[in-house]
Amino acid sequence: MGGRSGALPVPSRCRMTERSEPGVTLHGGGRDDARVIEVDIPSDVQYIEKVVELVQRECALMKFGARQLMLNLAVALSEALSNAILRGNDDDPAKHVHVMARVDNAMVVVEVVDEGQGFDIEECTLDPTTPDNVDREDGRGLFLMRKLMDRVERFDDARGNVVRLTLNRQ
Amino acid sequence: MSFAITKESEVVVVDVEGQLIVGNRQELKQKVLDELERGEKKFLIDFSQTGYIDSSGLGVLVSLSKKIREQGGELRLANLNDDLKTLFELTKLDTLFQIADTRERALESF
Repeated sequence: MGGRSGALPVPSRCRMTERSEPGVTLHGGGRDDARVIEVDIPSDVQYIEKVVELVQRECALMKFGARQLMLNLAVALSEALSNAILRGNDDDPAKHVHVMARVDNAMVVVEVVDEGQGFDIEECTLDPTTPDNVDREDGRGLFLMRKLMDRVERFDDARGNVVRLTLNRQ
Repeated sequence: MSFAITKESEVVVVDVEGQLIVGNRQELKQKVLDELERGEKKFLIDFSQTGYIDSSGLGVLVSLSKKIREQGGELRLANLNDDLKTLFELTKLDTLFQIADTRERALESF
């Protein structure tokens, strides 16, 4: 999967569950068995790479291509996790980020939940490609998430502030 | 994830091994700034062993580019794979950096 990964172990508070959902018959006669993983991590950016790796692995099993794994998914999910940890949870290690990823033959949907107040995705996305912004050191996160995913949604529910990323398999 | 620093002729070459993301960007920044403080002027960052880069990683490259330029130095990038090239194109950072296809070409360009 490209670059080397660090030696960070699975987070000590990482709770990972996998389950197969009832399959549906595909046009080609195959079965679509969705896989679901759930991970709970403390607010620490050192866990980002490990979580990305876990979701990449599930997508690889569903035959997502290398480019979608190493560019679209890796970068967009890193951004969502980074936002949740640094902004949503104010980099407070006492707070947690919950990640739920559902992968099947057609798409991956990842929900990243933090304990923050949420934000307006339209208001917070700036265009980093304008002449005024291109040499800014920040402000590319949401822009990249939206460029690299087929859909990015932000909403609140009983779990907290949710960012949902959807990527269709190509 | 690690950053290997070597010197080739008068150029400080940094190999980014693994990801360049929010969790390690500060390490890269500090290593390059330390070299800049020692008086080094020519820098090449080689991405041939890099996996992916997030917006924080891109931000640190922009920051280093400015700091090196302020000291009268130069920064070149080399060996971006297709995914990394796309990332630079999406953000138009390909217009901000001098990017070479290979390490050799980057070294020759100083």
